[in-house]
Amino acid sequence: MSSPESDKSRKYDRQIRLWGDHGQSLLENSQICLINANALGTEILKGLVLPGIGSFTIIDHNLVTEEDIGSNFFLESSSLGQNRAKCCTQYLQELNPDVNGESIDENVDNIIANNSDFFKNFSVVVACSLTEKSLIKLSNLLWDFNIPLIACKSLGFFGIARVQMKEYCVVETHPDNKHHDLRLEEPFEAMLEYCEKIEYGSKVPWLVILFKHIQEYKKTHDGNLPETYKEKIELKDMIRSSMTADEENFEEAIRSVNSSFGGGKPNSTIQHILNDESCTKLSKCSSSFWIMAHALKDFINKEGTGYLPLPGNIPDMTAETALYINLQNVYRAKALQDADVIFRRVQELLEELNKSCDSITEKEVRLFCREAAYLSVTRGSKIADEYEKGSNSALVSSELENIESLMGHYVALRSQDRFVTEHGCMPGEIQVDIDVARIKSQASRLLNDWGINAQLNDDLFHEICRYGGAEIHTISAYLGGCIAHEVIKLVTRQYKPFDNTIIYDGITSQCVTYKF
Amino acid sequence: MVEIVPLNKKWNYLRKILERSGPFQQETFEPSGEILEFLNNTCKILVIGAGGLGCELLKNFAMMGFKNIDVIDMDIIELSNLNRQFLFRRKDIGKSKAETAAEFINKRIAGCKVTPHFCKIQDYDESFYRQFHVIVSGLDSIVARRWINGMLISLVKYDDDGNPDVSTIVPMIDGGTEGFKGNARVILPTLSPCIDCTLDLYPPQVSYPLCTIANTPRLPEHCIEYVKVILWDKENPFNCALDGDDPEHLSFVFEKAQERANKFNITGLTYRLVQGVLKNIIPAVSSTNAVIAAICASEVFKIATSCYEYLNNYMVFNDIDGIYTYKYEAEKNPECLACSSKVRTIAIKNPSSMTLQDLIDYLCNNPEYQLKNPGLTTTLNGKNKTLYMSTVKSIEEQTRCNLTQSLHELNLSDGQELVIADVTNPNSIIVKLKFTDNEVEMY
Ligand SMILES: [Zn+2]
Repeated sequence: MSSPESDKSRKYDRQIRLWGDHGQSLLENSQICLINANALGTEILKGLVLPGIGSFTIIDHNLVTEEDIGSNFFLESSSLGQNRAKCCTQYLQELNPDVNGESIDENVDNIIANNSDFFKNFSVVVACSLTEKSLIKLSNLLWDFNIPLIACKSLGFFGIARVQMKEYCVVETHPDNKHHDLRLEEPFEAMLEYCEKIEYGSKVPWLVILFKHIQEYKKTHDGNLPETYKEKIELKDMIRSSMTADEENFEEAIRSVNSSFGGGKPNSTIQHILNDESCTKLSKCSSSFWIMAHALKDFINKEGTGYLPLPGNIPDMTAETALYINLQNVYRAKALQDADVIFRRVQELLEELNKSCDSITEKEVRLFCREAAYLSVTRGSKIADEYEKGSNSALVSSELENIESLMGHYVALRSQDRFVTEHGCMPGEIQVDIDVARIKSQASRLLNDWGINAQLNDDLFHEICRYGGAEIHTISAYLGGCIAHEVIKLVTRQYKPFDNTIIYDGITSQCVTYKF
Repeated sequence: MVEIVPLNKKWNYLRKILERSGPFQQETFEPSGEILEFLNNTCKILVIGAGGLGCELLKNFAMMGFKNIDVIDMDIIELSNLNRQFLFRRKDIGKSKAETAAEFINKRIAGCKVTPHFCKIQDYDESFYRQFHVIVSGLDSIVARRWINGMLISLVKYDDDGNPDVSTIVPMIDGGTEGFKGNARVILPTLSPCIDCTLDLYPPQVSYPLCTIANTPRLPEHCIEYVKVILWDKENPFNCALDGDDPEHLSFVFEKAQERANKFNITGLTYRLVQGVLKNIIPAVSSTNAVIAAICASEVFKIATSCYEYLNNYMVFNDIDGIYTYKYEAEKNPECLACSSKVRTIAIKNPSSMTLQDLIDYLCNNPEYQLKNPGLTTTLNGKNKTLYMSTVKSIEEQTRCNLTQSLHELNLSDGQELVIADVTNPNSIIVKLKFTDNEVEMY
């Protein structure tokens, strides 16, 4: 008998364990566009072709140089002088026959100017080392198309990446420290019944032991729950005193006192989402996320009496099998019941909005309910605004006063863009000293534009001129890995992407996030 | 024979770093064309592991001007490697990882000379490891990490004053990943904290109590462990040991675990879970490997060229929620089993009731030791005596009876020194027993 899984499922096994079959399927249906196949660009695509995106398209009209061959793994000596998009596509395609690769030997500015609809074909567009002028045009275009854009650059030991997207809603954020929502404070009926039926003993799940002791505790404390450290110690002592022998389940109950309270109430992030206008004012254009969020809000205000739907999963507990399984079933049944209320509300909403009632499935609603405590919404800003309006001068200005900050790198890298536009070459490509003065004057003008009065450290400008436009492979590989993963997040709609700019300093191995 | 640095422009980018000075350079750095020549012709790097990290590392070194690279890996290529181990293709399944990776790099990068070693790291001795300027490990096994760590420590020679001779120190850069998390560290054996100094960073594997598996299963994992630990030996369906890579074995375990799960009304058992539990699969994705390998290779480049200060000494990476990095200076453990010369003392409260097996269990389960299958010898009345050794069958049979004897019955006395050999270290370690009537540490 052979393995019941498909060949694909075996090949992608190690990553499907992370984002599931549904994440994999979204990935396999994605189309990614790369502008400029330098080392950074191909390292990003490598991280996307391997896990199996649907297809990629490289736009690059440059010819392969010797420097390219020395920094870009997806070229060979024989590629010299040929079109860079074509050569890289060939070697990237070899990585995974499931992925379609295409190359376009054309200046991206022409496509932006004459065939802008072309970009509508893509799930995400990634632009490497694009000139400021082209980037601003592309940013405006993709903002209007509502297609995510990642702009990035690798220079010497420095790097920067910026994500642009209008709105990004995530149901499965996969937080590291998921808290079990057990409702010990606000027990539901089936749970009460279950706990009351059971006698103490060595085979009882700790949840029951803890629950019963909480009831005891409330009796002697005017109906209040233990809140302070001291009160929790008191509860622990109560549990300890009912132990008759070395009982693992009682020990587990004692250990769980600190971590078992506080689930089920929507925190400030969730409240913020539920009060968002997209949630409160639905329209025909509202996405599934917001329709479900609206239904969630209605549930919390009505049937849930202030609580989120129960997720329904409980931790493992030392106990007799049947007692544990029955308890698990009690929680699961309640979770299904809550999700069902929300699903019915979702269907009402769909009808009110004149949308097809099967546009949101019961499965989707159950997942949404299970993850309700961890939903995330990110709203982005336009790169064109950052570049043309200098809309974040307060952030830049305050960060520049902090020595630990990498904001100086941001200013230096932006000045480098300006330098390239003005002088048509990289700072330090030929001569370091003269260019240091030139790039510094670019920086002063930038700060002036932003209305910032700050003293800039010469060192960063000197270092950037030392690089003379060099792209260092390991720095591009680092950024490539990070950016590939951000694209995967955007496409699978799982995990939270960085919001919205990362700056990397490979000299000190620091990576910092800023929001512009 | 020195190869002349080619006059072409291929390494122009690297030369900007190596032939120009800069404000952030390491103090002693002197830019010159000789550094690239050193990378190209002299510097020898060893990459341990040609898996997810190893493939990335080989590519990174080849692109950073290193030409003399060795790679060692005993594994062969499997289908599930192809989502990240990008030097391998479907046609390579079943071939040696080290050999296939080396062949690929040598073909892609003109002038690069990767030498493969299709074997275990334990197959080589000091003379092999001594030839490298830097060693980089991308391993998934803690035992192998500890072994190479011990090996590099034993390469260090000391002068008459007891100070390590810096020229005998081979730096080790170690990377590790799990899902979207990873870490990288720089180790200068005997000078900076080693793998064993920070053993607490590697928590022991999850294990389920036998009584849960046998009597009160609650999770699908318990049902799988039941088939693995109890049913397999009882039914012996294929007259051989359980092999997590054999689809027939997997199907048997899946079927029987499903039966058991049904019997106890346990839900959530899947084929993928069965595989995961049996093979202890760690999720892995290309992007995290790329990031960690890039950090490791950048640090090797810094060490080999002195262009910048290298990482001191540990960093973690996580990109589940945005991108998070954190670096810190781990500290040397003055009582480290591997890199300190201090003899560890084990306090024993009751030597007449503690058996040799108890002592061995302690050495395996205590987080500070985490040994795997220690062999114990000592000196009694001036003679060497093997107390227990499991690695050689005939000796195991001879010494098995000692396991149930108490330390007293074995004539071990207060202050007794035991020499311990274990797979976690190529060298033996010495511990001293301290019999105490007080309630100090254990037993
Ligand atoms: Zn140590």
